Amino acid sequence: MEKLWRKWLIGGPPLVYLVVFFAIPTLIMVVASFRNPGEFGGLAPLLFRDETGRHLDLTVENYVRFFSDALYLRLFFKSLLYAAITALTCLIVSYPLALLIARSPKKYRDIMVLLVILPFWSNFLIRVYAWIIILGPQSVFVGALNGFLGFFGVEPITLLYSPFAVLVGMVYVHLPFMVLPLYANLEKHDPALLDAAQDLGASSWQRFWRVTFPLSLPGVYAGSALVFIPAFGMFAIPDLLGGTEGIMIGNVIKQQFLDSRDWPFGSVLSIVLTAMAVLLAAAGAWYARRARE
Amino acid sequence: MNRRSPGLWLTGFLVYAFLYAPLVVVVAYSFNDSRLNAEWVGFTLDWYRRLFRNEEMLIAARNSLVIGLVASAVSTVLGTMAGFALYRYRMRVLPVLVLAPIAIPEILMGVSLLLFFVLVGITLGMVSIILSHIAFCVGFVAIVVRARLEGLDESLTEAARDLGATPWQAFRLVTLPLIMPGVVAGALMAFTLSIDDFVITFFTAGVGASTLPLQIYTMVKISVTPEVNAVSTLLILLTLALMLIASRVSPGALRGR
Repeated sequence: MEKLWRKWLIGGPPLVYLVVFFAIPTLIMVVASFRNPGEFGGLAPLLFRDETGRHLDLTVENYVRFFSDALYLRLFFKSLLYAAITALTCLIVSYPLALLIARSPKKYRDIMVLLVILPFWSNFLIRVYAWIIILGPQSVFVGALNGFLGFFGVEPITLLYSPFAVLVGMVYVHLPFMVLPLYANLEKHDPALLDAAQDLGASSWQRFWRVTFPLSLPGVYAGSALVFIPAFGMFAIPDLLGGTEGIMIGNVIKQQFLDSRDWPFGSVLSIVLTAMAVLLAAAGAWYARRARE
Repeated sequence: MNRRSPGLWLTGFLVYAFLYAPLVVVVAYSFNDSRLNAEWVGFTLDWYRRLFRNEEMLIAARNSLVIGLVASAVSTVLGTMAGFALYRYRMRVLPVLVLAPIAIPEILMGVSLLLFFVLVGITLGMVSIILSHIAFCVGFVAIVVRARLEGLDESLTEAARDLGATPWQAFRLVTLPLIMPGVVAGALMAFTLSIDDFVITFFTAGVGASTLPLQIYTMVKISVTPEVNAVSTLLILLTLALMLIASRVSPGALRGR
């Protein structure tokens, strides 16, 4: 009994804190998604009175509105697509680097990994902002690119405030989340397997696709999930780099809460976003476990 | 057998260049004597001078510092307790509550806390930002501390108990000093996360208070001036210094974050 008392003394305070400032706000949001918007924004009163007494004012109208409006479904699909492209691009960009690190002598590996993480200790906004400079209209880089294109008679292009800029920013910001799990997996591969494959006559191409890549699948799934989930709900990058064409579901959630102040509908969007992210992550984890067996 | 082909070297090098080029650009332009982030005109410290006269920026920096210090202090205590509870006892709800804020999209936490504060009647400002930052930092501290505890030799605590130490004495005199590097690393991590956070702060700040990331966001939204480069460079240096200290204190604890 004495031990139980100590358990709650130690575990109790963080538990209470997280219940109050995480679980309850999340529950409030779930309830809010079934309520009516208030006259001046926010939420309508939870109880309303009429001749028959007091009633709970709950509605599924917000969900109906979401699923019947093609605009929002299309936006979700677009966000999914952006997140998927981001994850795939991260995978393609990260794989050679992770492989290089894993195949380098042990004493250099830690420093090579550190060099991957180092830029990501700087502020997230700064990393996004850097791309405003690089892709912006005054940029030396864009100027050179347009000079090159002009040589072939192509009209000058703008890169900033477009879906392209959003994808560049998202790939840049999420890259280490892909490199690290890939490296952690590739590092454990036994080099003897590749030697054996080579002795048996496999070309370098075959050695990669039939030995290295299949063995690295758990790392591929882990990295993809780590990139996909934050990319899916992203709002700062499309907000800063995307212009009107590049907006994602996160931007609409922000609009609902801060601009049009339709909290119930904003809650619906947030809940659907989270549910989809969690489901996809769970599916990925399940698939990865099956691939390992 | 060396399996690093020239192609692998080249692509690896290009990816490193991709990782560093943007930051180099920001830092370089912070010293450029031109309003435009275009060609190099000449060296200047003007943007830094302007920065230190920018009243709003200084207030935002002070706010960030206060929020970071309070949030990391509280979340270090709560996170250490949580890490210890997860390691020592069978908790059913706590593991979920510790991991969920890390796993779900950040924006959900931001908007749900906004709803919560408004409905409960807590004015949006410094207090609501600090409360929110603690909520997402606790989990990170708990994970680092727990990892440290798992690498610990249990027999040391048992020896202390056999020699007559009370559970509290054993914890304070044996366990705590041993896990201290994990606790310090967790604290630095919480401080960095708090100083860095944009999304959750964006939703929970209201009009009451601004932080450095919020100030940078506003500046970038209105017009891109090299002052942003200057504040970015200073922030890069600050977090770099903090994280290097953290990795010194507890090597390995920050990897795989």
